[in-house]
Amino acid sequence: MNYDGGPTKEFRVAPIMNGTVIDHIACGQALNVLKILGVNENNIYSSISVGMHVSSKSLEGWKDIIKIEDMELDAITAQKIALVAPDATISIIRNLNVSEKYKVNLGEKIVGLAKCNNPNCITNKGEPVSSEFTVVSKYPMQLKCCYCNKTLMNIPDNLL
Amino acid sequence: MDLYHKDVVSIMDFSKDEIEGILDLAEEMVPYAKGEKTKRTLDGKILGNLFFEPSTRTKLSFESAAYRLGCNVLDVSEMSMTSMAKGETLADTIKIVDSYCDAIVLRHPFEGAAKLASKFSENPVINAGDGAGSHPTQTLLDLFTMRRAKGSLDGLNITLVGDLKYGRTVHSLARALTKFDMNITLVSPPELKMPEDIVDQLSKSGCLHRTDTFLDSAIKDADVLYVTRIQRERFPDPSEYQRVAGTYRVDNALLENGKSDMIVMHPLPRVTEIAPEVDQTRHAKYFEQAANGVPVRMALLNAIMGGSL
Repeated sequence: MNYDGGPTKEFRVAPIMNGTVIDHIACGQALNVLKILGVNENNIYSSISVGMHVSSKSLEGWKDIIKIEDMELDAITAQKIALVAPDATISIIRNLNVSEKYKVNLGEKIVGLAKCNNPNCITNKGEPVSSEFTVVSKYPMQLKCCYCNKTLMNIPDNLL
Repeated sequence: MDLYHKDVVSIMDFSKDEIEGILDLAEEMVPYAKGEKTKRTLDGKILGNLFFEPSTRTKLSFESAAYRLGCNVLDVSEMSMTSMAKGETLADTIKIVDSYCDAIVLRHPFEGAAKLASKFSENPVINAGDGAGSHPTQTLLDLFTMRRAKGSLDGLNITLVGDLKYGRTVHSLARALTKFDMNITLVSPPELKMPEDIVDQLSKSGCLHRTDTFLDSAIKDADVLYVTRIQRERFPDPSEYQRVAGTYRVDNALLENGKSDMIVMHPLPRVTEIAPEVDQTRHAKYFEQAANGVPVRMALLNAIMGGSL
């Protein structure tokens, strides 16, 4: 039986031999996850399959799913993905088997992953500090800057 | 109450008991602040007073508070007089000044500057205003003024009027008021409303009485009318400032609508929002409020820098 549930299942997105499956992405967030992966920056040298508006049992409705061949996600990228898809799961696939599976985790503090959108915040003034946020709300995602206390809502536009 | 070596970045760094404790200590400091008694509890200590934005009351009252306690002051009043003019970061400036003194008072035009300074300074940092962010020591003296005039802070009806969007004094004050059982009315032009996150905080704490754009009816039940200046320097767009400047004016005719023992406060400087005729009335507390900056800051410096009274 492989990671997609067995040989008899019909796949909307083809299984991969090696790589990463990002599942349970909130519906509509796949493009933001692709942005985090850096797809627009021409620095990915493997195939990416994207399923959008796919039926989901656990998200009670619809979800997006992304499969990236020959690339295993690092912890920082996974935390960044949690900012746009807090319920996403990451499966690392090796030889068609799931060798690791975990839910993305925002952690207590979001450090250096997003930019404060207050232009007058000291973190935007060339000081030797990383941006730092606490999570105010996950649905919708809202962060609070630990420096200027302003709330950041449009996360995808402010990812670093 | 042990505040020794504590950073003061936001008024929310203090519990209600700590705030009351500072106000109690400030009460004890009043005769020393007036020069009627002397005590050099911080003799031999040095305060770094870094003001990278214009200030009269805050800067001078911190200096006065330090001198009254026997503390020496390193005074920097302009960014152009420091290596920051050569491109030095605030972080580096703070590390250097930190090595020259026992505590740092910082006013800076950017929000979060005091928080950053507290990370790079071994000694305690006191926020004396960071852009449109916080001004916690102003809040302490505001509360001190209210408590002296009204006997207690709990149960007061307070109306905040003016620039509630950019005014850091009202941001800090509103947050602090959530710690007390107060009824708060917010009055501002639609363009200058209190930021949503603070309104949410007021609502959740059960303190928010109502919001309004008209002052006349909003002062009827007020025990405290807290007026703020519409600050030209905070507006990115000058035409936006022109649209709202002069929206509110407190004069004797308006005060007829309020309680006879209502007090009028203002962090100053004022421009046209309070008519000079109000100065002569029993309502006017803003000059006393400014004077209260000295005993309150004496109390804070004394507690943070380890003085004993």
